[in-house]
Amino acid sequence: MGKLRQLALQNVVPILFTVLCVSGIIAARADISLPILANDIVTRLSRNLFLVLSLIIPVVAGMGLNFGIIVGAMCGQIGLIVVENQGASGLGAFFAAMGVSIPFSLIFGWLTGLLLNRAKGREMITGMILAFFANGIYQAVFLLMAGPVIPLHNQRILLDGGIGLAITIDLIGTGGQLDRLLRPSIPFMGLPLFIPVATFIFIALLCVALRGYLRTKSGQELRAVGQDMHVAEISGINVDRTRMRAILISTVLGGLGQIIWLSNIGTMNTFQSHEQVGPYAIAALLVGGATVAHATIWHAILGTLLFHTLFQVSPIAGQILLGSAQIGEYFREFVAYAVIGVTLALHAWRTRRS
Amino acid sequence: MESPTLVLSGIHKSYYGNPVLRGVDLTVRPGEIHALVGENGAGKSTLMNILFGMPVIHETGGFEGTVELGGRAVRLNSPSDAMVEGIGMVHQEFMLLPGFTVAENVKLGREPTRANLFSRVLGPVGKGLRSLDRRKMQDDSRNALDRIGMSLDEMQPIAGMPVGHMQFVEIAREVDKENARLIVFDEPTAVLAESEAAELLATMKSLAAQGIALLFISHRLDEVMEIADGVTVLRDGEVVATLDMQEASVEQIAELMIGRPLPERELPARGAGETQQVALEVRGLEVDMPGEEVRGVDLDVYKGEILGIAGLAGQGKLGIANGLLGLHPVRGAVKLEGAPFVLGETLAALRQGVAFVSEDRRQVGLLLDESIELNIAGTAVHVLGRFLGKSGGPLAMINRAEVRRHAENMIQEFDIRCQGPTQPVRRLSGGNQQKVCLARAFTLDPSLLFVSEPTRGVDVGAKDRVLQQLVRVNREAGTTIVLTSSELAELRQVCDRIAVVFEGRIQGILAPDAPDVEFGLLFAGERSGVSS
Repeated sequence: MGKLRQLALQNVVPILFTVLCVSGIIAARADISLPILANDIVTRLSRNLFLVLSLIIPVVAGMGLNFGIIVGAMCGQIGLIVVENQGASGLGAFFAAMGVSIPFSLIFGWLTGLLLNRAKGREMITGMILAFFANGIYQAVFLLMAGPVIPLHNQRILLDGGIGLAITIDLIGTGGQLDRLLRPSIPFMGLPLFIPVATFIFIALLCVALRGYLRTKSGQELRAVGQDMHVAEISGINVDRTRMRAILISTVLGGLGQIIWLSNIGTMNTFQSHEQVGPYAIAALLVGGATVAHATIWHAILGTLLFHTLFQVSPIAGQILLGSAQIGEYFREFVAYAVIGVTLALHAWRTRRS
Repeated sequence: MESPTLVLSGIHKSYYGNPVLRGVDLTVRPGEIHALVGENGAGKSTLMNILFGMPVIHETGGFEGTVELGGRAVRLNSPSDAMVEGIGMVHQEFMLLPGFTVAENVKLGREPTRANLFSRVLGPVGKGLRSLDRRKMQDDSRNALDRIGMSLDEMQPIAGMPVGHMQFVEIAREVDKENARLIVFDEPTAVLAESEAAELLATMKSLAAQGIALLFISHRLDEVMEIADGVTVLRDGEVVATLDMQEASVEQIAELMIGRPLPERELPARGAGETQQVALEVRGLEVDMPGEEVRGVDLDVYKGEILGIAGLAGQGKLGIANGLLGLHPVRGAVKLEGAPFVLGETLAALRQGVAFVSEDRRQVGLLLDESIELNIAGTAVHVLGRFLGKSGGPLAMINRAEVRRHAENMIQEFDIRCQGPTQPVRRLSGGNQQKVCLARAFTLDPSLLFVSEPTRGVDVGAKDRVLQQLVRVNREAGTTIVLTSSELAELRQVCDRIAVVFEGRIQGILAPDAPDVEFGLLFAGERSGVSS
C-alpha cells in the first residue's frame, strides 16, 4: 500500500492529466467523434514528439528545461526559409531544409552554450530571456534585412514591398513531405485512421540514437555532470565542454523538430511559430511526469500524447460544460503555463525537503 | 634509497594579497602514512588544492614553489593532471554521484570502452561515442573492493548507502587507478562511527603496506598517533614542525598546532557584586543546523560573564546560538533566569531580552539595501516597539527623528566609518557592517547577547574596536555575552571562560590562560591530560 501511494505521488502529474483527459472525453462524448479525435492525436503526436525529445539531453546534463530551444526552432525556420526561397520542392527540399538548419543551430547553440556555462544553476531563466533576445534579432534580420541585405528574392515569401518576410509563408515545397512519404490508414471505428509511418520512423530513429548516446562514454559524462558538476570536475570530466555538447545537441534537434512540426502544419507564422514551441514542448514533457532533473523518452511520449489529447478535448468540453468553446481555448493556454509553473514549484519543494 | 613519492618545497600561495601558505615543505615516502595536522585556516585545504591542480588555485594567480613526484618535477594544472600522475583523494564530503552504482562511481571519468559502429566510422572524432564496457567496469570494481577487503555489491546504487560504505567506495576508486601512488585522506573518519573508523584505519595500513604513500589529514590526534609514521604540523600557513612518530606525543602535537604567544589581557575590572548566578541553563540541546549539528549540549552561562565558545569548523559551535535563537530546528530544555525558555521562537527570544549577532551578517544580520539608521533601529522597532510615534496601534509611524538621533550616537560610539546614517549598509566595509550589527543588537538592550564570529572578514583595527565594545557593554551594562569564534586568540583575550565544542558536545571548559596544549587536546577531542 505504501509503495502504491509512493508510486502515485511520484506520478501525480501524468495521473492527473489522464483523469482530466478521460473526464473531458466523457463529458464531451456526445459531440466527439472518437475516430476523428484519434486521427488528430496521432497527427499531433507525430508533429510534436521530435521537439519534445530534443529537450531530454539538457535535463540529463543537469541544465533543466531548455527554454533556449526557441533558438533551435528559429534555426529550423531559417532552413525552411532558405529552401522555400529557392523554390525547391519534394522530399529532397525537406531534408535540404534540415541540412541548412544544422550549421545555424551549431553556431547559435554554441553561443547559447557559452552563455549558459556562465550562468550555472540559472540556466532556465537565462535560456528564457535569451529566447526573447534572440527573437528580437530574428525579427530585425527578417523584417528589415531580408531582401535588401540578405539575398532573398522569391516574392512569394516576401512582403509586398520586397523588404521583410511575409507574416505567413505557405510551405509549398517542404510542407508535408515526410508525412506524405508513407501514410497508410487502418480502419478504426468505421473511419480510416491515418498513420504517418515515415515520420514515426524518423522519431524512432531519434529515440534509438538518444538511448544509444546515453550509453556511450560521452553520455556517461553527461549523466555525471547532471548529477554533480563538482564531482564530475574532479573526476577529470570537462564540465563546460560536456554542457556545451548537451546544448548543441538540443539546439540541433530543436531545429530539426521545428522543421518536422511546421512541415506537418504546412504553413509557417514567420514571426510567431518559434515562440510557442518552447513552452508547449516543455509542458508536454512535464505532463508525462518528467521533472527539471529527470526526463526519459517515455516521459516525452506519454506527455505529448496526454497534452495533445487535452488540447483536442478541452475546447469541446468547454463548449458543453460551460457553453463556450472560448473557455476551452483559454484552458489550453492556462494548462500549458500552469503545468510548467506547478512542476517547477514541486521540484523546488522536493529539493528543499531532501 | 628509493626517491620519495611526494616532495613539496617552498610552496607559497596568496589569495588576493593575503598569504595563506608561506614556504611549506612536505615529503612523503612510498608506503609511508604521513599525517598533516593544523587548525582551520592553517592552510591544509589550500595545500591539497595545489596538489590536485584545482582551478581555484590557477584562477587566483597560481602558486610559487615546486611539486616533485617520484623525484621528477611536475606541473599540476588541472585535476586530470593530478589523476594522470597517480594522485588520488578520499574526500571528507563524499565525491560520489548518488544516482550511479558503485561500479559507475569507481570508474567515473575513467570508464573502459569498446568500439562500436559509430565510433569506428568517425575515427578519432568519435572517441566519446565508444560504448561503455560495463562488464569490465564491474570486474575492475570488484577487484578494487576485494583489495580493500570490502564485500560491498558493486552493482548497488550509492543513494541510500550508509556513509561508512561510501567512504570505502571512494577508497576503492583511488585503489583502482592503476598508477595510484599517493592517496590523500581528508578527515576520513570525521563522519564514521567508531567501529567503521577502526576498519578504515586498518585498510589504510594495508594500503601503505602495498607501497602506496598516504597523506592523512585529521583532527583526531589519537588516530594520527595510531597509524601515522610521520607528522607535519601547519600553523598560519607555515610548517612549524615535522616529526617522526616515535618521538612525538599527542600533547606535543596539540601544543604545536595552537602554540601562539598569549595575547596581553588588559581588561577593565568588573564592578562589585559579581555573582555565580546562572543566567542561562541549557540541558540536552540538539540543533539541526546543516554542517554545524549540535548533539546534546549541557551548559551554564553565568550572569555577567563573557563565555567563549571555541571549536573547529563543523563541530557544532555555531549551532548553539543559532539553535537557541530558533533559526534552525532545535530540541532541549533551557531556562532563562530560572524560568523556562521556549525554544524555536525567535521573536519570543528577542522579547525576553536575548539578542543575537549572526555569523552570517550579510544574509541574516543586515538588510543590505536599507540605510544604516534603519538597520540599527529596525529590530527594536519590530520587537520592542521602540522609536514609534505616540498614536500607537498597528498604524503607528516610526519616529524618524528619534531613529536618526540614535543612529548618530551609535555611529559615533562604534566609530562606524560612513557617509552618514542614511547610507545603505551594502556599501560599508565588512568591519563597519559588523559594527552596525552590534549597534543593532545593543539597541535591543539585551540581558543576554550571543555574538558569533564578530571578527570574521574584519580588518585588524575594526576587530579591536568590536571586541572593546563587547567588553564595554559587558562591564557597564552588565550584559551577559556568549561569544562564539573560530579565533581562539580573541576568545582568550576577552573571555572569562572558554567552552570547547567537539562533535556537537561540550568537550571541556577552560580558563582563558590555560596552556595551549590543553586547548589543543580539547579541539582534537581528547579529554585526558586536561586539568579542568
